Amino acid sequence: MRGIVRVFGLPVLLVLAWWAYSAVADNFYVPDPLRVAQAFADTWFGQRLLDDALPSVGRLAAGYVVATVIGVGLGVPIGLSTRLRATAEPVLEFFRAIPPPVLVPLIMLLVGIDDTMKVLVIVSGCVWPILLNTVEGVRALDEVLADTCRMYGISRWHLILRGASPQIMAGLRQSLSVGIILMVISEMFASSSGLGFTIVLFQRGFQIAEMWSGILLLGLLGFALSTAFRWLERRILFWHWSNRA
Amino acid sequence: MSRTISGAAYGAAGLAALLAVLEAVPRLGLVDARFLPPASEILAELGGLLATPELWIALAETLRGWALGLGVAFVAAVAVGVVIDLIPGLRAASNSTIEFLRPIPSVALIPLATLLFGASLGSTLLLVVYAAFWQVLIQVLYGVADVDTVARDTARSYGLGRWSVIRHLVWPTALPYIMTGLRLAAAVAFILAITAELVIGSPGLGLEIQTAQSGGAVPTVYALVVLTGLIGIAVNAGVRMLERRVLAWHPSVRGATR
Amino acid sequence: MLEITGLKKEYGGREAVRDLTFSLDRGELVCVVGPSGCGKTTLLRCVAGLLPATAGTVSVAGERVSGPPPNMAVVFQEYGRSLFPWLTVRENVELPLKERRIARIFRERLVFDSLAAVGLGDVPGAYPWQLSGGMQQRVAIARAIAYEPQVLLMDEPFAAVDAQTRAELEDLILALWQRLGTTTLFVTHDIDEAVYLGQRVVVLSSSPTVVLEDLKIDLPAERDQLTTRALPRFADLRGHVYAQIQRAKGAR
Repeated sequence: MRGIVRVFGLPVLLVLAWWAYSAVADNFYVPDPLRVAQAFADTWFGQRLLDDALPSVGRLAAGYVVATVIGVGLGVPIGLSTRLRATAEPVLEFFRAIPPPVLVPLIMLLVGIDDTMKVLVIVSGCVWPILLNTVEGVRALDEVLADTCRMYGISRWHLILRGASPQIMAGLRQSLSVGIILMVISEMFASSSGLGFTIVLFQRGFQIAEMWSGILLLGLLGFALSTAFRWLERRILFWHWSNRA
Repeated sequence: MSRTISGAAYGAAGLAALLAVLEAVPRLGLVDARFLPPASEILAELGGLLATPELWIALAETLRGWALGLGVAFVAAVAVGVVIDLIPGLRAASNSTIEFLRPIPSVALIPLATLLFGASLGSTLLLVVYAAFWQVLIQVLYGVADVDTVARDTARSYGLGRWSVIRHLVWPTALPYIMTGLRLAAAVAFILAITAELVIGSPGLGLEIQTAQSGGAVPTVYALVVLTGLIGIAVNAGVRMLERRVLAWHPSVRGATR
Repeated sequence: MLEITGLKKEYGGREAVRDLTFSLDRGELVCVVGPSGCGKTTLLRCVAGLLPATAGTVSVAGERVSGPPPNMAVVFQEYGRSLFPWLTVRENVELPLKERRIARIFRERLVFDSLAAVGLGDVPGAYPWQLSGGMQQRVAIARAIAYEPQVLLMDEPFAAVDAQTRAELEDLILALWQRLGTTTLFVTHDIDEAVYLGQRVVVLSSSPTVVLEDLKIDLPAERDQLTTRALPRFADLRGHVYAQIQRAKGAR
C-alpha cells in the first residue's frame, strides 16, 4: 500500500493539478486530461499506429543498429592502436561536437528526403557516442586480463567485447536519446508520415488535444525505450555493477 | 612530453587527412560538388561568413539562448534537488515521476513551443530548459545521496541548523556531481538551442543553416555546420575548465573525473 | 626444463635487468626473491614470453621462448584482475581448455578435479567477485593446474592477501606441487615465503639486476608452517638471504 502511494501518489497529484488548472484557467493550449486521453485513444489506437508510429520506430531501430555496427566496428581497431587513436581522436571529437540535428539539412542535400535520409540522419548522430565510448573502453582494457588471455591462449575477442562492454553500453545509452531526437526531427523536416510529422500536422491544424496526445506518445516511447535499455543493461552488465559494489 | 608532442602530430595528421579526403572527393567527381563542396571552398566560405556582422549576431543569439536556458535549468534543478533532499519522503515519492519525465525527448515539445512562443527566444528556452534541467537534477540527487549519513548525524548532533548542514556538508559533497551535471547539461543545451532555431526558426545559427539550405547556398550550410562543431568543442572545453577551477580546492574529485 | 641464459632487458636505454642466468630441473620448485623494484616482474614477464628480452634467451623443455609458450601457465599477483568477472568460477577455469578444443568430457573432469584440489568444489557457479581474495586466488591456481602446464610461473601470488590466508595458500601450493610435480618458478619479495616454499632460492640484486646467489634450501621435504619455521636451519637460511638482500640494497 505504501509502495503504491509512493509510486503513484505524486503523478496522480500532478494530473489532478493539471485538471484543476485546465478547468479554472480555460487555456486554449491546455485541454483537460480526459480530453487528451480521449484524443490519445482516438488518434493512436488504429491505423495511425501502423502508418506513423511503427515506421518511425522501425527507422530508429535500423539507424541505431547500423550506428552500433559501425561504431563498434571502427571503435575496436582504433582503441587497440595507439597511433590510430592519436590520429583519429581530434577528428572524432570534432564530429561528436557537431549538434546532430544540423546534419539533417546536410544529409537531405546528399541523399534527398526518403527513408534512407531519415535512417542516415539517425546513424550520423548515433555513431559518435558509440564509437568514442568503444575506443575508450577498448583502450582501458585491463592489462592483467590481457596478459592472462595471451598466457592461456584465450582469443582476444572474448576479452575485447566483454571487457569493453560497460563503456560500449554507456555509448549506446547516450545514442538512444540522440536517436529519438533525430527520429522526430528528421520527420518534422521533410516527411509525409511518422510521429514527428503527425504531431506538427496537429499543431498546424490547432488540434490541441491531438497534439498533446502525440507529445504523450513520444514521452511513452522514450520512457519505454529507456526502461527496456536499462533492463538489457542490467542483464548484460550484471557482473560490472556487482564488481564495483 | 615527447609523447604528447607526437600525439599532437598524429592528431594534426588525422585532421589533415580528413581535409584532404573532403577536398579530393568532390574534385574527383565521386560526389557532386554541388552537394559536397571541396574542403577549401567550405573553409573559404566560413572565413567570408566570419567577416559579416550577421553571422556574429546569429552567434550571439544562439549563445544567449544557450546561456539563459542553461542558467535557468541549472538554478531550478539545484533548487528542486535541495527541496527534494530537505523534505523527508519526497525523494521516494518523486522517483517515479522523475523516471518517467526524464526520458521524454525534449524535441517532443517543439509543437507546443511553436504554439506558445512562435519563432522566438521563448521557444529556444523551453526546449533548452527542459533538456538541461534533468541532466542537472539527476546529478544533484546523486550528489546529495552521497552525503555520509554519519557526517550528517554528527552535524545534527552538534546543533548545526538545516541551512548550515546544507552549506557546509551537503553542498561541498554534491558539488563535483553538480559540476558533472552542468557539463552534461551544457552540451545538451547547445544541441537543443541549435535544434530550436533549425526546426522552429528562432533566430540564431540554426536559423541561418535553415535559410542557407532552403536558398540552395550549399557551401554556406557546410561552413555553418563546421562552425557549430567548433563552438561545440569550445563549449565542452570551457565547461571543463570551469569544472577544474571550481573543484580545484575540492578534496575529492571522484565525481568529477568521470 | 626451464633455462634462463644471459637475460637482459632495457627500457628506452635504461638497464632494468642486466644479466640473469639460472635454470630449473624438471619438477623443481624454485623461489626468486629480491628487494622491491629489482625487476622481478620484468624477469617473470620475459620468462612468460609476454615481454621480449633485449638480449639472452629463455627456453622451456629445450624450446626457445618467443611468445607465451603453450605448456606454461601463470598465476598473477592481481587475482581480482586476472579472473574474468563476467564468467563463473567454473567457466573461468574452463575457458583456456575450451580454447584448446579439449573434448567436453575431459574438460569437465579437469575443471572438477582442479577446483576440488584447491578446495573450491562447492562454488563452481559463483562469480569471482562474490568470493574473498584468497578464494579468488584459489580459482586462479585451479585454472593454472587445470591447464596442465609443464612449467608454472607465480608472480607474487600472495602479496595481496592477509597473513592467515597466505599461510594456507602456501601450504596449498606445496601440496599441489608434491602431488603433481609441476616445475614451478615462484617469484616473491617475502624472504620467509621463499625459504619456506623453495627447494632453491635465487637471490636477485637491485636493478640493474643480476643473480647474487643461487641457494639450495636443505630443509626436510615435508614442510609445515609451525615446525619448519621453528627449525634453527630455517632461521639460518632466512638470515642469510636477508643479509644478502640488505647488502644488495646498500650497494645501490
